[in-house]
Amino acid sequence: MLKALQIEPAKCTGCLQCELACSWENEQVFNPSKSRIKVFTFHDEGRFVPYTCTQCTEAWCMQTCPVDAIVINETTGAKEVIEEVCVGCKVCTIACPFGTINYNSSSGKVIKCDLCGGEPECAKACPTDAITYVDADHTGLARMRAHAAGGD
Amino acid sequence: MDHVIIGAGPAGVVAAETLRKLDKSAGITLIGDEPEPPYSRMALPYYLVQQIPEEGTYLRKTRDYFGHRKINLVQDRVTSVLPDEHTLRLDSGETMRYDKLLIATGSRPVSPPIPGIEQEGIHTCWTLDDGRAIAASTGPGAKIVLMGAGFIGCIILEALAKSGADLIVVEMEDRMVPRMMNATAGNMIKQWCIGKGVHVLTSTRVMAIEPGDGHRFKVILDQGVPLDADLIVSATGVRSNIGFLEGSGIQTETGVLIDRNMRTSAVDVYAAGDVAEGIDFSTGDYSVQAIQPTATEHGLLAAKNMAGLDARHKGSINMNVLDTLGLISSSFGLWMGTDKGDSAEQVNPARYQYLNLQFEEDVLVGATTLGLTLHVGVLRGLIQTRVRLGKWKERLKADPSRIMEAYLACTQPVSINTGLF
Repeated sequence: MLKALQIEPAKCTGCLQCELACSWENEQVFNPSKSRIKVFTFHDEGRFVPYTCTQCTEAWCMQTCPVDAIVINETTGAKEVIEEVCVGCKVCTIACPFGTINYNSSSGKVIKCDLCGGEPECAKACPTDAITYVDADHTGLARMRAHAAGGD
Repeated sequence: MDHVIIGAGPAGVVAAETLRKLDKSAGITLIGDEPEPPYSRMALPYYLVQQIPEEGTYLRKTRDYFGHRKINLVQDRVTSVLPDEHTLRLDSGETMRYDKLLIATGSRPVSPPIPGIEQEGIHTCWTLDDGRAIAASTGPGAKIVLMGAGFIGCIILEALAKSGADLIVVEMEDRMVPRMMNATAGNMIKQWCIGKGVHVLTSTRVMAIEPGDGHRFKVILDQGVPLDADLIVSATGVRSNIGFLEGSGIQTETGVLIDRNMRTSAVDVYAAGDVAEGIDFSTGDYSVQAIQPTATEHGLLAAKNMAGLDARHKGSINMNVLDTLGLISSSFGLWMGTDKGDSAEQVNPARYQYLNLQFEEDVLVGATTLGLTLHVGVLRGLIQTRVRLGKWKERLKADPSRIMEAYLACTQPVSINTGLF
């Protein structure tokens, strides 16, 4: 059974532990701007929404990559960027309709969530269970993905 | 069932591998006319600056990728198509039969009608071979004139400038990337390039190219002094490769005409990628987009239809992303706006940041960004889902940078989760 990140914004307090854990795990710095998960703040409503790649089936990023730099990890189902192969052309960053694959100017490559190889640090770091790593069927992601795929 | 694909670019390769996934036993032949494994033109600029070796440009990286999938790679050039006989004629003199045919022959650079343009030492930058030739003639101190500051011109510009060459760009329109950026953004890119030591001449035409003295060429302009050049790179646009279809009866205009199922006017013949006039998501019209995401979408859809499925194209969004000497820009859909729409704009010239949103009612239909890299993909998401922005439209008009919040709030499942509505 594949697992997926389940995000429940109602439980999020905006502490940003997930962003710090992500940037430390992946970039060895405590820098939210290098995080692959982002917490968006809705000041008017006083709410926080953690947001990252849903590892969608369409894999728009992978489909459009001109140099085969994005591959599926058969164990986790994550779409992973092979940094040595990525040339930094950024086509995936405009192709992903979720906006969850981004250009990292310090490396000249793109970065996205890879589920930390099956042990996502954001979920471990979240003190309120707003981010959990659960069986994929339980996350309701199917609807979200279908919605974003959209069109007429 | 024998599938034949003409053209080994992204559309052809995606079609071939999709066909194999859908039909384990069909014959699949992929014909390319260049003496290289299928590679990506998108990656050539990175090859030019020696960031990657030649193999880094290959579309598929694993060893014997095509052989392993029983995709038969053929190096040859198709000279004509005979749809009534389901047969191709090849440059080698051979003929080849097909049950289903995909035309994915891409596009090629146009040569502007300028006296002297045919001389040796004037290059387009389109094939791996062009890349090799340019890489051999550029370097610190080389005087280079780049004709054209469109999308491809700007991509090459980066590579040429990085080589340490003395670079002058000549563009006949009034700004850089005129078919991707409005006047504000296009001129911000120009100012950025000038600040990086590149000479940019806009609203300027090359009238003739003559032998130089001291340098290889003298480039005559419609105004000002002629330019010295050791190397001239021409990037003045591309055109679909449809010449070989003359006499085949397959209908063409700018490109090959297709329907929503990627079928051409001939039975069992499909077209995809830069050669095809596919449906544009934003306008509903058929046009040649000539961009990578559209080529792969086309290839996927064409293969599904060739395999007997009914896969209808909803339309591709015209979009581009460009890195001009470190300034990143992108544009989506109807970035130029529409008659019945309105817009929001945020400009910060000092920081080279720009964001322009185009609406019709409360739906995003187009966007332009400059100096922004985070989450730009949601602009596609909002355009493609035609999500109604409701009260978020006014918020975006007040502050366009809240695009990600608007997206999250208006994307149904998330907002149900969060109770934002």
